[in-house]
Amino acid sequence: MRKEPIKEMGSDNRAQAIAQKIIANHCDRDYVSEGEIVNASVDIVLGNDITMPIAIEEFKKIGADGVFDREKVVMVPDHFTPNKDIKSAQQCKLMREFAGEYNIKNYFEVGSMGIEHALLPEMGLVLPGNLVVGADSHTCTYGALGLASTGVGSTDAAVAMATGKLWFMVPRTVKFIYSGDLNKWVTGKDLILYTIGLIGVDGALYKSMEFSGPAVSRLSMDSRFTMSNMAIEAGGKFGIFEVDDKTRAYLKERSDGNYEVLSSDADAKYEKIYNIDCSDIESQVAVPHLPSNAKSARDIKNVEIDQVVIGSCTNGRMEDLKIAAEILKGKRVNNNLRTIIIPATQNIYLEALKKGYIEIFIKSGCVVSTPTCGPCLGGHMGVLAGGERAVSTTNRNFVGRMGHPDSEVYLSGPAVAAASAIAGRIAIPEEVM
Amino acid sequence: MIIKDRVIKYGNNIDTDVIIPARYLNTADRRELASHCFEDLDKDFKEKMKEKKIIVAGSNFGCGSSREHAPLSIKESGIKAVIAVSFARIFFRNAINIGLPVIASEEAAKHIEDGDEIEIDLSSGVIKDNRSDGIFRINPLPDFIQKVIKSGGYINYIRDSVNK
Repeated sequence: MRKEPIKEMGSDNRAQAIAQKIIANHCDRDYVSEGEIVNASVDIVLGNDITMPIAIEEFKKIGADGVFDREKVVMVPDHFTPNKDIKSAQQCKLMREFAGEYNIKNYFEVGSMGIEHALLPEMGLVLPGNLVVGADSHTCTYGALGLASTGVGSTDAAVAMATGKLWFMVPRTVKFIYSGDLNKWVTGKDLILYTIGLIGVDGALYKSMEFSGPAVSRLSMDSRFTMSNMAIEAGGKFGIFEVDDKTRAYLKERSDGNYEVLSSDADAKYEKIYNIDCSDIESQVAVPHLPSNAKSARDIKNVEIDQVVIGSCTNGRMEDLKIAAEILKGKRVNNNLRTIIIPATQNIYLEALKKGYIEIFIKSGCVVSTPTCGPCLGGHMGVLAGGERAVSTTNRNFVGRMGHPDSEVYLSGPAVAAASAIAGRIAIPEEVM
Repeated sequence: MIIKDRVIKYGNNIDTDVIIPARYLNTADRRELASHCFEDLDKDFKEKMKEKKIIVAGSNFGCGSSREHAPLSIKESGIKAVIAVSFARIFFRNAINIGLPVIASEEAAKHIEDGDEIEIDLSSGVIKDNRSDGIFRINPLPDFIQKVIKSGGYINYIRDSVNK
């Protein structure tokens, strides 16, 4: 890894990074400078069953006649759904009633809903050049499509729902250039865990992260979503990829092509540029209790586990299920653990069913769940007891994240998670295949 | 406005899962949220709170989730202000938006010790540590954020600007 010196630009230099360009476009400006606070229009405002109840309360205090655009407010009950208890049911009811009252077009009921950050791109609701806010920290996921999206709180979501605008501080940009060949079983999750390990959980605090280089052009869209998704785990505001042929192919069935493709100017100012050689990166595991505690999975010996979770907004897409199926096919998961697989959306679930993955999972002793964030945040569908350990393809391994404060979460990609399910301890695919 | 109280000190990367565990996010009731604040980090928080009502912490305070329940539970607990080396950006926004005073000051956060009595003067931008007589200047916040704070939060600010 090589750090290049920060490029100093003269005051007359108006070159911009993609984050600046998108924000400028949304406040009728040609140029915005880093650190400046602007009031910008947003294309989409998102909320879920945890953040929306407070947003609705705050929205009502504003006294607006309605939402700024009934087609641009998106509501997804995905965290504690299908309702895990009476209180969760009340929160969902509140959101459902609000959606009805304000005629919200994009309210996704259980049955059509999926995990929000897999669902919105799948539905073509977020497009290149957009500025998107969501009351969920992993809203940064959509940056994989060449747009600026970021997590905000409920009050911000309330204001954005009422006015269609929100205050933004224009971030500085940090660039990551990935080169070299990817090792077998290595996906976007390994790249992003390695990157967070390199820069730390506040290594990109308040910054826009730009992911680029010859290696990312070879990454699938699913892997790119995974990387953008975890920008927040390094403190990042955005995690942006440039639009390329793969992005266009992904969007072809999901949009009418009416979007604006932007990219950073060649002489844009970067606070830092990291060059990362992917051939150095093996399957990664982030050990408790920070996502930055990344290590090569092969170096972690004798860590026995009680549960494996494959799913979430980070790794519940087709690529993840395909890898898990490839490893689990014709094998049994270890008797001493539970393996929970959660396709992120109904469409992903259906496609996995058609491809025979679901049958592989069930025959190998896994349970397959309807889409939900559930266990990722210790909600339901796989909460850990005191002293228990899980390997999980989710995004956070903070104290108590998946349940009891004395439980532990080891973060990995789908390959290590599936291999560990068979081995009963943290393992790499080569050990079980 | 001067905020004067004793300090509870915490470390780096205090995340939103330990500020308010997700298992309690099935409610938006402020009092219920406050009753579980810092439960997984510090079992004695409620006891300490009786005599110490300012939190001082390390870097990246509030990292993790966007849950506004985190600053809400801190505010509803009776905590008057949080000083940290740095804040995670969503937590910082949320705190400003709901009117919980948050101050990023590496110098103050590193100097102030658990139990110290400190005085924060938000209008003059000074923190004073009564144990050591240490004085720390707070970097002024951008004008816009100061306006939000003066309005008592983002909703009030928006209402004020609509009514003008």
